[in-house]
Amino acid sequence: MTPRKPLNLLEGPDIQRKFIKNFYITLCVILMIDLTAFFLFDRQGHFPWEEVPFFNAVYGFTACVSLIFIAKILRWIVKQKEGYYD
Amino acid sequence: MINSIPVAFIFIMGSFLIPLLKGKIKSVYMLSLPILAFINLIFLPQGQSWQIGFLDYTLILSRVDGLSTVFGYIFILITFIGVIYALHVKDNIQHVAAFCYAGGALGVTFTGDLFSLYFFWELMAVASCFLILAQRTTDSRKAAFRYFMWHFFGGVCLLAGIVIYVSIRGTITFSYIGLSDLGTALIFVGFCLNAAIFPFHSWLPDAYPRATITGAVFMSAMTTKSAVYILARTYPGSEVLMWAGAFMTCFPIFYAVIANDMRRVLSYSLINQVGFMICGIGIGSQLAINGVVAHAFCHIIYKALLFMSMGAVLHMTGKIRATDLGGLYRYMPFTAVFCIIGAASISAFPLFSGFISKSLTIAAVAEHHQTIIYLMLLFASAGVFHHAGIKVPYFVFFGHDSGIKTCEPPFNMRLAMGIAAFICVFLGVYPAPLYNILPFPVDYHPYTFFHVIGMVELLMFGALAFTILILSGFYPAELRAQNLDTDWFFRMPGRAFLKFCDRPLKTIGKRIDTFFLKIVAWACMAPIVSVKIEKQFDKVFHKFMALFPSVIFTLIKPLETESRQISWNLLYILACFISILFFLLFLGG
Repeated sequence: MTPRKPLNLLEGPDIQRKFIKNFYITLCVILMIDLTAFFLFDRQGHFPWEEVPFFNAVYGFTACVSLIFIAKILRWIVKQKEGYYD
Repeated sequence: MINSIPVAFIFIMGSFLIPLLKGKIKSVYMLSLPILAFINLIFLPQGQSWQIGFLDYTLILSRVDGLSTVFGYIFILITFIGVIYALHVKDNIQHVAAFCYAGGALGVTFTGDLFSLYFFWELMAVASCFLILAQRTTDSRKAAFRYFMWHFFGGVCLLAGIVIYVSIRGTITFSYIGLSDLGTALIFVGFCLNAAIFPFHSWLPDAYPRATITGAVFMSAMTTKSAVYILARTYPGSEVLMWAGAFMTCFPIFYAVIANDMRRVLSYSLINQVGFMICGIGIGSQLAINGVVAHAFCHIIYKALLFMSMGAVLHMTGKIRATDLGGLYRYMPFTAVFCIIGAASISAFPLFSGFISKSLTIAAVAEHHQTIIYLMLLFASAGVFHHAGIKVPYFVFFGHDSGIKTCEPPFNMRLAMGIAAFICVFLGVYPAPLYNILPFPVDYHPYTFFHVIGMVELLMFGALAFTILILSGFYPAELRAQNLDTDWFFRMPGRAFLKFCDRPLKTIGKRIDTFFLKIVAWACMAPIVSVKIEKQFDKVFHKFMALFPSVIFTLIKPLETESRQISWNLLYILACFISILFFLLFLGG
């Protein structure tokens, strides 16, 4: 089979910038919804932090950043050359 | 009415005919086997049937109840999808092995006694080994050998456990076993090894990336999930499983972030997902077991979908490392979309299948007020989105342009991915069909406002972390490297032992040899007495002692395996056998 005509959907620096901008806007919208809900409804949860607004957002962000930090340290410990076992 | 037969036999016996057929007939035949098995499963009577006398015991080949039926359905469904995906493969060994393997998994699911469980357990190990061997490279041959050694070790533990269990309880039927004595502990270890519980997990990221493209799809579905099924049946509510599962959800994500081979990334995320199930088994409540079963169901589909999409990339480009790939969406848009659907499902994005299944387990953990476990699972949920949800599609289909020019995979591959993707979305939007077949009645609604917004927040801010780290260049770059895992402790000591026998021991031998030769040389200058001494020395030291190291070496030499190393596992198996024999002697005496 011959390679098909390439699809050029996401080319150009502009599109990337737009994409990231939209992404940030989405994040803000999500936070706004969460905040509104916090004032409008009474949240019931099994844990105290479930009633705190933005808890998941903060947790998700810190989790992923710390994940990368720990992964970097882990790589420093376990990294070996390819073909180490051969 | 037609008499139904145990589902496993349809696959196992049916597989023998495959090499005799050719072309379209073969394709139709292979597709009809899962359909036949499905119809057969519907007609199988509830409860135990097919009881066959064996020595003084009764084998139960069919035990149909709420738990086993769901796993039966999903194993048959994934075999169907996997067969479609593999239709273009000409190699009959792969097809036969895949069907025997699926048959083994179904056998494990529906068997009601320990003897036939052991038989199907080993059948799975042997058949899946061929799915790695069929790749026909030196690398895969070595990996298959290690894989087999691991499972052989697990199998021996299981067998030892079964022997002790049967000798104590006097029966081979089983349902709830529970950790109580040595026998049950050994059975537990055997099951844990197949479920890839730490530290018995390293066979999985070692073997799966080296399996054949189509074989990996079957492997991702069967081995671990049949172990999850059997653990859910035999050890529900064991606290050790709860902690082991929570740990399993967390540690593989670090490895997945730094892994380069995309199928290895998926293998680590497979361990992470199985961790959720193992944790649910450890909780053991009705909601938790429902969560385990639902998650296993959805997980098999989306994990197979991810393996299929990466397999398609490997099939078309011959490359699977993140360092070699990038920007492939231009040529493989369909595969990219399917991969993204799989990635969204594994990340438990609302409207995708992972969301409706993972929530059950997490809700069960919350109900039990296990704070630390809950936070660990939440961390893992964010982490899985990070590596499987973003990393896999990003580095393969987007990211930098690798310059590879290719096209979409064959139609059958796309069809299989399409079906799996459809099921992922369908169950995510409309979970009722899945909830209805779960073993316990479900009173749970995943789509509550706070649950959805909480999950979206967790994932989107995980994505924000990814975006910031990628843009700032802090994200660990993809490197060609070997990341050591717990298998180091099994692979290196054996090699070191052989080296020790080879070099130092031999050198010492030679030194001793030359030393005494020198003494003899001095003695030769002296008269008759020294001749006597020389003879004695010669006899005692030169012949016996100096030979000793090389004798050890010659004894050990045959143990040297194909991959030029003594498999440490071999020693374990030996130790295991010896301990079983010792235990039996102990019991008998």
